[in-house]
Amino acid sequence: MKKPSGLKMAVIHMGLSLMCMVTLYPVLWVVKMALSPSDSMSLTANPFPDAVTFDHFRDVLLGSDAQGRWVFGRQVLASFIVSGATTAVGLTLAVTAAYALSRFKFPGKEGGMQALLVTQMFPATLMLVPIYGILQKLRLLDSLTGLVLVYATTALPFCIWMLKGYFDTLPRELEEAAVMDGASPFQVFIKVVLPLARPALAVTALFSFMTAWNEFVLAATLINDPTRFTLPVALQRYVGEYKVEWGKFAACALIVSAPVMALFFALQKHLVGGLTAGGVKG
Amino acid sequence: MSRVLALVLLALAGSAHAEEPQPAPLKLWHAYRGGEEAALLQATTLFTEKTGVRVDMLALPYDAYAAKLTNAIPHGAGPDVFIFNHERLRNFQGQNLLAPTTGTLVRDDYFANTVQALEVDGQVYGYPMSLKSLALYVNTKLVPRPPTTTAELLALLPTLSKPEEGRFGLAYESGDFYFHAPFLFGFDGPLFDATGRASFDTPGMARSLAFVKKLQDERMMPTEVSGALVKTLFNDGRAAMTISGPWFAGEIAPSVQYRVVALPTVSETGTPMKPFLGVEAAFVSSRTEQAARAHELARFLSLGEASRVRTTVGRQIPADVAAYQFQEVKDDTLISSFREAARDATPMPNTLEMARVWEPMKLTLRAVLQGGTRPEDAGALADRRYRALHRERPPEANPMPWLTLAGVMVLGGGTAWVLRRPAQSQTFRQRYPDVSRAVTYVAPAAAGLLVLVFIPFAVGLTLSLFHHDAGQYTFVGLANFVDILASRGYSITEPLSFYFTLAVTLLWAVVNVVLHVSIGLGLALILKDPLLKMRGVYRVLLIIPWAVPNYITALMWKGMFHRQFGAINGLLVALDLEPVSWFTRFSTAFAANVATNTWLGFPFMMVVALGALQSIPQELYEAAEVDGASKWTQFRRITLPLLKPAMLPAVILGSVWTFNMFNIIYLVSGGEPGGATDILVSEAFRWAFQRNEQYGFAAAYSVLIFVVLMGWSVFTRRLMKPEEAS
Repeated sequence: MKKPSGLKMAVIHMGLSLMCMVTLYPVLWVVKMALSPSDSMSLTANPFPDAVTFDHFRDVLLGSDAQGRWVFGRQVLASFIVSGATTAVGLTLAVTAAYALSRFKFPGKEGGMQALLVTQMFPATLMLVPIYGILQKLRLLDSLTGLVLVYATTALPFCIWMLKGYFDTLPRELEEAAVMDGASPFQVFIKVVLPLARPALAVTALFSFMTAWNEFVLAATLINDPTRFTLPVALQRYVGEYKVEWGKFAACALIVSAPVMALFFALQKHLVGGLTAGGVKG
Repeated sequence: MSRVLALVLLALAGSAHAEEPQPAPLKLWHAYRGGEEAALLQATTLFTEKTGVRVDMLALPYDAYAAKLTNAIPHGAGPDVFIFNHERLRNFQGQNLLAPTTGTLVRDDYFANTVQALEVDGQVYGYPMSLKSLALYVNTKLVPRPPTTTAELLALLPTLSKPEEGRFGLAYESGDFYFHAPFLFGFDGPLFDATGRASFDTPGMARSLAFVKKLQDERMMPTEVSGALVKTLFNDGRAAMTISGPWFAGEIAPSVQYRVVALPTVSETGTPMKPFLGVEAAFVSSRTEQAARAHELARFLSLGEASRVRTTVGRQIPADVAAYQFQEVKDDTLISSFREAARDATPMPNTLEMARVWEPMKLTLRAVLQGGTRPEDAGALADRRYRALHRERPPEANPMPWLTLAGVMVLGGGTAWVLRRPAQSQTFRQRYPDVSRAVTYVAPAAAGLLVLVFIPFAVGLTLSLFHHDAGQYTFVGLANFVDILASRGYSITEPLSFYFTLAVTLLWAVVNVVLHVSIGLGLALILKDPLLKMRGVYRVLLIIPWAVPNYITALMWKGMFHRQFGAINGLLVALDLEPVSWFTRFSTAFAANVATNTWLGFPFMMVVALGALQSIPQELYEAAEVDGASKWTQFRRITLPLLKPAMLPAVILGSVWTFNMFNIIYLVSGGEPGGATDILVSEAFRWAFQRNEQYGFAAAYSVLIFVVLMGWSVFTRRLMKPEEAS
């Protein structure tokens, strides 16, 4: 490969830096709002705070509710439990279903794949009423289990699509060789297929986690106990009927976004390989 | 007499709980925050001390509150008592969520207009707790003598306004009808005619709009005002006066000295500017299992010691007459000023007709204040929108022919399938050797999907054949679809018609996907170069928009597009360009939406493209290089063809997501101007939740969205097919 000229590199770096600035600008505004002592919006284009205070963060993190209970910790815990369980349940269901769709022949397979895509097309806003009724019949109202099941199933179609596409790219020879060596079909699935699919598993896990982590309407509607609200519900509590507490909203928003960002960075490497789903066939 | 009855009932309730050893706690739901929440807690503690009945409070985000109530109460999972404003009363009552309080409520305890506000068909629902209405906040340093008439106001404003310094005499949320209503009533404009129907095309409407337009044109008040802007301007001393409600007092910085006075009288008519009166009430659920105690709690919260706490701690304006006898309430000038200001207030009608007024009026206000609509033409504009939204219930249809038809189709289809199936040369076992294993692998996911995705989906489909009106579902056959597809009430080239919205949606999807893919691919091509320094840093930074929840960043972008104070106009001015009023024209409002969504969407495509590029063998490029192919030829002949199979699924998924990207449209442009930038999903949402809960009509919209996307998926499958064949 030729080494690019210095000038060209400089132009590329300028372009990329500019792009990064555009990317960061709105996020810096959230940071500014979270750190500014007053709740006022400042009337400039400058995204850096004039004065810095951590009061909003302190109020959000350590503040107690009207009854004097410190619920934020419980809500963080609830969020992690719900999102973690959603990821576990969603991934388990998606991995097995996607593997079957990729490897086995069975009636209704094509129709099933189409049906999965179809579910992505119906707007979610109208699903709330029937879902509430179904969960009541199943006695899963006001329980984190119910919430996890709803999140896991809503994330399923995307996850199955992703994973099926990835499984399709894995050469079958490895599985056949493992069978030759006397592995049971289940062992092949666990010990051969899953390790190979790690990048796609990472992406699917991230997606399931994000679905559960950011959702708010269902969480607020289904759960009746403030200590089991997930964080987006806590965040929306700063948006009132008449006014919004912008400083605390921004601080809470940053706290809510932090784990997802951390996950993104941790899974960065896999992200690139994992998302390039079905298409690339060897 | 009724007072005696109430006392008897309360006594009965009291004796009842004395006999039971452990009464279950009462459930109380509310959306209060801060001082109001603290006051409510103190009041319930008083209740528990007095009666021994415990109260479980649940604080909810306002945005999810109404939906939660309407879902939970019919299923018996709701509260015993809840606090809400009276605007939705009619709606709640229609869905049988409320127990009447006629009989236990003593009318003389409260201001007469607050009880009136809670009346539906001769019954009273709920116990009035507090009043919400607008008044004039005056910065006393800038305005020592508050204006009492509009003539005084007009004389005062020019001396207080210096638009070039960002100072204004008056700043209030002028684009919101709630804030315009006092002007309308002050100019003697009725909102409803003698038959109770909304009337917009009146002289009062035109004069009130002309008045406000003049204030804005002469730059005595800012444009595109939001609540946050009002607060900032007033706290900075840049707005001398503002119109707001009791909730605003808690937002004012301690350094600002202010007074609250009644809104001025309109000089031309001699009528005071009458704001709407909102009443917050404690409602008793129709499904409570402890009716007597629930009534006791709700009544307790609205009166006596509870009123005192709510006033002093919660800064509420009590509806309880006796509360004004407490010394601390008498001494509180804010409370008494608001009480004075509310004296002339018009109770906001709790009718469905009132609920139909908001959207046409919002459209009209914005058209006059931002666009070119003249105040005298505005009434007609509102009237047109009102008529388009006001759908009469379609004639009831008989479901029998439909059920028969469905039955025949299922039977006929089944028979045809069995008959036309080619004779199998193999047995089922031979054709599907691993079917039992497949079933064990698929079953858990299939069961979950069936119960929680496909059944709700089927319910949604069925709903589209019904008309919903305040809790009543009527089967109407295809009437909803006919109305939508025939574009009833508006021509097909207007916003709100299905075809216009569909065209906007398609444009929206295409523009976004093209931008996402080209920016994402461009960046990926640059970032794939392993010799590039700081590659990892760039990649991490460029992924951030994907990681932040989109409803948060959408709010940020909305602020950046503000006409006077947004960062983007700030940048334009710095570059010596004209600032743009982003949300007044379709093209710019659409561009604002697209900019936001492009920002959100390109990282996904970038990551996909990076992965796809990495899978292209480097040898191909080296071979091309040897053959003397230029960079451009390499891109066209190697990169693009090899990218296609990897990018296509991502593009299809991306297009479906963009098609249904509700948050951005709703939060950034909000459909401005006049619903023109609404896409099909946000339109469905409006029919379901902002236009008297027309669930059936909204479901029909959703079904049409679904049909369009189905067509799209069939089309894209054709695109994919050649790849799979090769």
